[in-house]
Amino acid sequence: MRLNDPSRCQNSEQRIRRPARDGVSFTSQGGEILGIIGPNGAGKTTLFNLISGVYPPSGGEISFQGKSILRLKAHQISRLGIARTFQIVRPFQNLDVETNVLVAYGHRFYPSFWRSTGPFRQAPFLREVQTLVHRAGLQAYTKHMAKNLPLGFKKRLEIARALALRPRLLLLDEPSAGLRFEEAAQLMELIRQVRDQGIGVLLIEHNMQVVMDLCKRIVVLDHGAKIAEGSPEEIRSNPLVIQAYLGKET
Amino acid sequence: MISGYFITILITIGIYAMLAHSLNIITGHAGQISLGHAAFFGIGAYTSAMLYTGAGFPFWISVPLAAVVAGIVGTLLGIPCLRVRDDFLAITTMGINFVVEAIFLYLPFFGGAMGIGGINLPKWFGREMTKPEYFILILVVFVFLLLLDRRVGHSWIGLAWASIREDEEAARAMGVDVVRFKVLAFILGSAIAGLAGGFYAHFLTFIMPQNFGFGQSIVILSMVVFGGIGSRWGPIVGAVILGILPEVSRPIMEYRILIYGILLLGMMRFQPGGLLGPESILPRVFRQSVRRAGARGETQ
Repeated sequence: MRLNDPSRCQNSEQRIRRPARDGVSFTSQGGEILGIIGPNGAGKTTLFNLISGVYPPSGGEISFQGKSILRLKAHQISRLGIARTFQIVRPFQNLDVETNVLVAYGHRFYPSFWRSTGPFRQAPFLREVQTLVHRAGLQAYTKHMAKNLPLGFKKRLEIARALALRPRLLLLDEPSAGLRFEEAAQLMELIRQVRDQGIGVLLIEHNMQVVMDLCKRIVVLDHGAKIAEGSPEEIRSNPLVIQAYLGKET
Repeated sequence: MISGYFITILITIGIYAMLAHSLNIITGHAGQISLGHAAFFGIGAYTSAMLYTGAGFPFWISVPLAAVVAGIVGTLLGIPCLRVRDDFLAITTMGINFVVEAIFLYLPFFGGAMGIGGINLPKWFGREMTKPEYFILILVVFVFLLLLDRRVGHSWIGLAWASIREDEEAARAMGVDVVRFKVLAFILGSAIAGLAGGFYAHFLTFIMPQNFGFGQSIVILSMVVFGGIGSRWGPIVGAVILGILPEVSRPIMEYRILIYGILLLGMMRFQPGGLLGPESILPRVFRQSVRRAGARGETQ
């Protein structure tokens, strides 16, 4: 598959322009963690839902690797290489960890009815799942039902599952929310590894410490519009951002 | 020799097991609740009956065609169901059942309230099949269906169904074409229900719209839920137990729907996974008794 081409990894550019919600446009590149912050209700999760095709956009333009994905359905977008996690975790609760991750390989077989009747437990995929599960630190829980895992593990399972799609762009919606400090730190390490693989990451995060640590570039949203973009230092000193978070001085 | 009465019960149970199995594909595997499964059972029965009595098709052609027609109608009726979920889906499928039953009842083309008679058991080797032979035929077909179910269950299709059942939105995010796999479940489930309908018509020799009403749908659903929704053997065990119950005692027969209702309530409250489902009490009881027997063996 084209998406595995490592030379492409380095200079693949995913452009996401999104004036639909009163003008949010930015581009994100492979191998970069782009932070998306903003007060509650700023439209961060909505933005993810638009990119991943959960809501059909009413206008504007979203392009990925030079092609428009505006009219694509959610399952088509994920097959193109945009994977996501959810703000409130959504693993397949009654499937074990291994099977959760295996779901991601199905789309290679769906186009041919005959091939999709073949068994899903196949050695090459199982090996790949093993590697992913290991990277996510879940190797001891391969056969555990997702519903029995603690929150931090579920979040890492979601990332492992998303990585099994072999994405070029990964959308992470508040990965550290609800986690203890050590759990969050482990997750951040996993996200760094993902970036170092050349995968572009869009990160919605409320924990400023985490955002400032991980991201070289940050986009700030407020009321569905982009109000600032820049390095963590620039964002920290931007009066518009301070106003959005703390309110106007009267 | 097996008595006629006994073989009648066996055949009835065989047909119910096939029905429960087919509903389990839609509701158990793909997670789409259906309260109108008897509609497809009826479509199969009517197709087969009319092809046999009207067009003179032999059993061996009319019954497979019944499955095909039920599968096609199931797909068409399944399309409005794709836009709705959960409780709305339950009501939509229920509505489908009432509409289909009403069409059979009010259109003279389908024989109206009188139904269709004069359907016979299939012929082979130049004579009519005996009832035990018919039962064996149903059994053979059912074994084939179970093998098919096993294959599909371990396949990418089965995995896609499981992901849709667990979380539709997450499934989409994993590249699963939710619409396509839901339609596939409806096709397969309705076609097998239609097949069961064909077998039913040729066994009863006479069918009426009332055989395929909402009550029948609930009976089928009770079997699936009682045995263990989503498991391969659960719905069959459900069909066997709930199929035999009304036969062993008359009072149960008279209060059949009431007893099924109470059973459904009880199962939902205490064993939502069904007799053979996950977290069932049976394996635990079994393991405990084995352990106890083992302990007794050691002390002796």
